[in-house]
Amino acid sequence: MEFWSDLFEKFGVMFLGLAAFAAVVGIVLFLADRAPKRGRDVLQLAAFLAPALILLAVGLVYPAIRTTILAFFSRQTANGSEFVGLDNFVWMFTQPEITIVIINTLIWVALVPTLSTIFGLAYAVFIDKSHGEKVLKSLVFMPMAISFVGAGIIWRFMYEYREVGFSEQIGLLNQILVWLGQDPQPFLVNSPWNTFFLIVVMVWIQTGFAMVLLSAAIKGVPVEIIEAARLDGANAWQSFWNVTVPGIRGTLVVVVTTISIATLKVFDIVRAMTGGNFDTSVVANEMYTQAFNRGETGYGSALAVVLFVMVLPIVLYNVRVMRKQKEIR
Amino acid sequence: MSAPAAAASATEQTSTRAITTAPGGGKARRVKERLTSPWATAAAIIIAVVWTIPTFGLLVSSFRTPEEIRSNGWWNIFVSPSFTLENYLDVLTVQGASSANLGSYFVNSLVIAIPAALFPIILATMAAYAFAWIKFRGSAALFVLIFALQIVPLQMALIPLLQIFSEVLGISGTFPAVWIAHTIFGLPLCIFLLHNFISEIPGEVIEAARVDGANHTQIFFRIIIPLSLPALASIGIFQFLWVWNDLLVALVFSGGTADVAPLTQRLAELVGNFGRNTERLPAAAFISLIIPLIVFFSLQRYFVRGLLAGSTKG
Repeated sequence: MEFWSDLFEKFGVMFLGLAAFAAVVGIVLFLADRAPKRGRDVLQLAAFLAPALILLAVGLVYPAIRTTILAFFSRQTANGSEFVGLDNFVWMFTQPEITIVIINTLIWVALVPTLSTIFGLAYAVFIDKSHGEKVLKSLVFMPMAISFVGAGIIWRFMYEYREVGFSEQIGLLNQILVWLGQDPQPFLVNSPWNTFFLIVVMVWIQTGFAMVLLSAAIKGVPVEIIEAARLDGANAWQSFWNVTVPGIRGTLVVVVTTISIATLKVFDIVRAMTGGNFDTSVVANEMYTQAFNRGETGYGSALAVVLFVMVLPIVLYNVRVMRKQKEIR
Repeated sequence: MSAPAAAASATEQTSTRAITTAPGGGKARRVKERLTSPWATAAAIIIAVVWTIPTFGLLVSSFRTPEEIRSNGWWNIFVSPSFTLENYLDVLTVQGASSANLGSYFVNSLVIAIPAALFPIILATMAAYAFAWIKFRGSAALFVLIFALQIVPLQMALIPLLQIFSEVLGISGTFPAVWIAHTIFGLPLCIFLLHNFISEIPGEVIEAARVDGANHTQIFFRIIIPLSLPALASIGIFQFLWVWNDLLVALVFSGGTADVAPLTQRLAELVGNFGRNTERLPAAAFISLIIPLIVFFSLQRYFVRGLLAGSTKG
């Protein structure tokens, strides 16, 4: 009964951890409660803020600064590491396999937000006010709840390839090709198309997110305006394009930017489906491979910095749009 | 205001609207979109089917015998129906080096995700209370700073944080390392969202408690926590699922053994050797999906709210 003793031990660790956490927080708050009158305000403030601030300073601010510094140093060896200036970034843009990684990331961030938003918006409009809207929504939204690794496995089976004559196809897509009289394809191996097949997985996941947000926004567009447009003789397409879309512009920006940021950081899908092989790697995956599989801390840090630099303009754009919208209101 | 802030507040609004707007109000029905033509309906059905088939296919596969999974596709079940729980028993209960051993990893996932959801929520509630209801100099600037941390990809923190865990604290590859890492990465968003909520609690309630002589600790436990429970539930569920579904943090901090590593990591290993694990993968995947799916279908309202609010995380 190895399993049960193992289980008790692990849950023991968990309850110990929870108890230790509760004890620390409890003691801190208790002491703040009983603090002497003098300086009580400062002590109480510290009790509430300090735990979070210390964790963030040690676990996020310091590491982010250190990663930025590491990006300008060579890999760490027993003798330490040496300053190499921009070498790590030069490496990135001169090594053909890393250039492919960056190009792949750009393809991802160009396609995933666009396709997810188009599918999500179309679906949201098509099922708006229909019977069974709720059920239809959960079907498309469901992939959002599961892990990227789980989604990766689901799609590995969709793409699975068997050589002709070796056995029947077990992947649905190749079986469809066979039914249509075509040759089956090793979807995940043939570069550069394999990147697009990985992108399909991310679109499959993110469409539900886009759909739920946009559906909520569409319901927020005042019915009177659409009615007025109809009375003025606009057809369905015109009223959609000229009334609904401007009415949900803010949400569209949120959806596109949020999905873009998530896409730039995509890691699990590539890891689970190709491991970054066959020219499918992206920046977040390559960062992990370099830093943790190969011990190239310099390259890994430089890739993390590149990721940060790619995320930044999207965030800044989002801020600007939000500001403008506030001014209009 | 910084971007994820704006994004999150905008999504918060739309999400509550989504929840409060019941489909088909009288007026809405009157001007029923004429886009719902037969073509639109057909397109919607096609999208729904295409989106559902991959998951459905895997679910069907997981109940077929290993030989069937290897030799032909799941759609053959309609020609030659079969049903077995063999794969689930195999991946869950069979012990040994070459077995999937998912029972252990399932326990690990739970042991990781429960504290890693509770810790950041509690610390964030405390910090959010301080930002909302304790006046101090630099409060606004500090809050904006925490907020800006959300845009730092967690990849930026991995290497130095692992060094701290292994060289300074000596806890790399243990549950506490994974808990702490998830807590840190969850804090900025949790603080921001909870601050939004806690600062909206009416000032009179807190003022009245103060007049009665309650100090910050008492106000926190008697007023703030009870009043914020719905928000805590939404954000807690989202954080729990985020941790449950995470692969990257687990890979870096868990050490990768059956002692600590979660399901996602084992799945990634199994799928890495697809040829050898073909018949195990469908059942294995569904074991990892079962908790998110239960949460999704039973707590969809909280889930949607938490997800929309937390979509900027990571």
